[in-house]
Amino acid sequence: MNIFLKAAAFGAAALGLSVTAASAQGVLQKTKDRGQVVCGTGLGIAGFGMPDEKGVWKGIDIDYCRAIAAAIFNDPMKVKTVSLTAKDRFTALQSGEIDVLVRTTTWTMSRDTSLGLNFAGINYYDGQGFMVRKSMNIKSALELNGASVCTQQGTTTELNLADYFRANKMKYEVVAFVTNDETIKAYEAGRCDVFTTDASGLFAERLKFQKPDDHMILPEIISKEPLAASVRHGDDQWFDLVKWVHFAMLNAEELGVTQANVDQMLKSDNPEIKRLLGTEGKFGEMIGVPNDWVVRIVKHVGNYGEVFERNVGMGSPLKIERGKNNLWTKGGLQYAPPIR
Amino acid sequence: MTTNLANEGATRVSPLYDPKVRGIAYQVLLGLFILFLIYEATTNAIENLKAAKIASGFGFWTVEAGFDINQKLIEFSSTGGSTYGQAFWVGLLNTLLVAAIGIVFATVFGFIVGIARLSHNWIIAKLSMVYVEVIRNTPLLLQLLFWYNAVLKPLPDPRNSVSLFGMFFLNNRGVVMPNPIPGPHFNWTWYATMLAIVLWIALSYIARKRQAETGKRFPANIIGFALFIILPLIAFLAAGSPLGFEYPKQSRFNLTGGMQIYPEFVALLLGLSFYTAAFIAENVRAGILAVSKGQSEAAHALGLSNGQTLRLIVVPQAMRVIIPPLTSQYLNLTKNSSLAVAIGYPDLVQVFTGTVLNQTGQAVEVIAITMLVYLSISLTTSLLMNIYNRRMALVER
Repeated sequence: MNIFLKAAAFGAAALGLSVTAASAQGVLQKTKDRGQVVCGTGLGIAGFGMPDEKGVWKGIDIDYCRAIAAAIFNDPMKVKTVSLTAKDRFTALQSGEIDVLVRTTTWTMSRDTSLGLNFAGINYYDGQGFMVRKSMNIKSALELNGASVCTQQGTTTELNLADYFRANKMKYEVVAFVTNDETIKAYEAGRCDVFTTDASGLFAERLKFQKPDDHMILPEIISKEPLAASVRHGDDQWFDLVKWVHFAMLNAEELGVTQANVDQMLKSDNPEIKRLLGTEGKFGEMIGVPNDWVVRIVKHVGNYGEVFERNVGMGSPLKIERGKNNLWTKGGLQYAPPIR
Repeated sequence: MTTNLANEGATRVSPLYDPKVRGIAYQVLLGLFILFLIYEATTNAIENLKAAKIASGFGFWTVEAGFDINQKLIEFSSTGGSTYGQAFWVGLLNTLLVAAIGIVFATVFGFIVGIARLSHNWIIAKLSMVYVEVIRNTPLLLQLLFWYNAVLKPLPDPRNSVSLFGMFFLNNRGVVMPNPIPGPHFNWTWYATMLAIVLWIALSYIARKRQAETGKRFPANIIGFALFIILPLIAFLAAGSPLGFEYPKQSRFNLTGGMQIYPEFVALLLGLSFYTAAFIAENVRAGILAVSKGQSEAAHALGLSNGQTLRLIVVPQAMRVIIPPLTSQYLNLTKNSSLAVAIGYPDLVQVFTGTVLNQTGQAVEVIAITMLVYLSISLTTSLLMNIYNRRMALVER
């Protein structure tokens, strides 16, 4: 009897706990109580989120989390990372296991609505590409009729792939794996002719190959992949905070506020910079953090341009051009609403 | 009178102190409490899903899936507008396929190894022992990865396939063989096969009855097998050999046309079969050792040959010990097939709780369905094995 009772209580508790999305206490308050931002990341994609040789997580996605932690705690290291596969990531966010998901996740309509997520700042504009062996002598993705394609399951990649081959009336065989590493291993071993994922991912993964030069990335970009951070529905204060951390980093770059000169900038007379750095107005309070929040972010993490260059740009092994990810003033798509 | 009164007094104890009534009351209370917990948990989940504006319900079942699956037993393609519901069936059939074939392989191989371990030949016995100990004591996941990576991956690429008669090809995309295409009157061959099977069963029934009555024996199995071969052959030839083949052709990336067996399937099948066979071998050995030696001695004394002794005396008695643990092994194999996710075989877990769950985001529904499916498969297997067990069990008179 006793055992039954315990089992029943446990089962019910587990069921009830599985969904604790809507709770009275806001995520920001919980984060403050906990003293950490719990951040969903991948299993290791160079430039976006991967531990370095000392075990410290580095990458453009990780820096987004660090910026959030810096704004709240004035300490970028108060981040706890939770590694998630592509297929587990939304469940982890929905169930409240993580506070924010920054994991090269494409913003799509169905995810934004029926999955119960809200997408905040787009920290990388990406698109899906194909990688093949140079020895195959292929110049365009339109020559891929009949090919075997390795991809990671539970991604927009899997769907775009089907769309692209359908639209171009080509046949293909899909081999889907749970993790990126398994996918790449299968491609390298010759199970597939083609490996497909976001173009940034192709560059990042090619670095891990034994002979990176044997592989080439085809020129076609077959989809729009705006990679963005996401939070759960139902907590607008936290949503605002996550969104404005990204905008603050963009505004900082646009106004020329860098990690090196942020202290001098505090003395600036420019009203836009004054509002950004909190020497004028109470913009931090509006999102529940101190008014010097942007100073904290820039001092500890840097502005968006610095983060980009350090992790995926010319200052990194990936050497990806700014391209679409440049500021709107320089021909890119990164555009932040003003702080006022 | 007095005795009556005493009796009445005994039956009219207050229900509060009646142990039977109390017991029932406790059971009812517990039952209500469990129902309440389930109700609370369910409504809690539903309310929370609603509050977070996460879609719920089973509406996704008929929504177009938009992705593809390589191995499918029924039609499924993103081009044809297949739905998530169809993806579920593709995954389920793939699970059943690998489980069914795996069970057959594991049983046959398990029986061979189990008997070999009892062999008087030292080398055969020790080899079987080493096999059982090595396989039983390493994790199945590791073995699957071994089969997939270490055995299948070093095969040549499709442009350098190993070919047999120019019809069968082996490469790192699996085995490709000619695809049989039945002609217009091929159905007659199926009918003839079915007829032969019916005749075979009838023949062995009559033969058994005759032997029981007269003691005369009739080689029913040999004749039945001959019928099984000859009848369909006659039907096939009479209809003018209506069977064509589609041969695989080399194209730029892969061999196209023909029937393909995917390496993921082969790896999973081998891994599951060899793993489970090691356990079955031990069950078989235990079963045979459980039959006392006097039984075979008595059979020999009656003049039965070695084969007859094994077939008629030892195995039927051993089966009583073997069947119950064998059932658990079949269930294990079926459930272990969900490890397919590790090597990219599109089984129910990989397709349904993988891609479908992720695309729809409806974890509660998808996981509930999947659990129900595995429960049904397991209960059905148990039921069938229990029926078989009842037939084999000792009939006490």
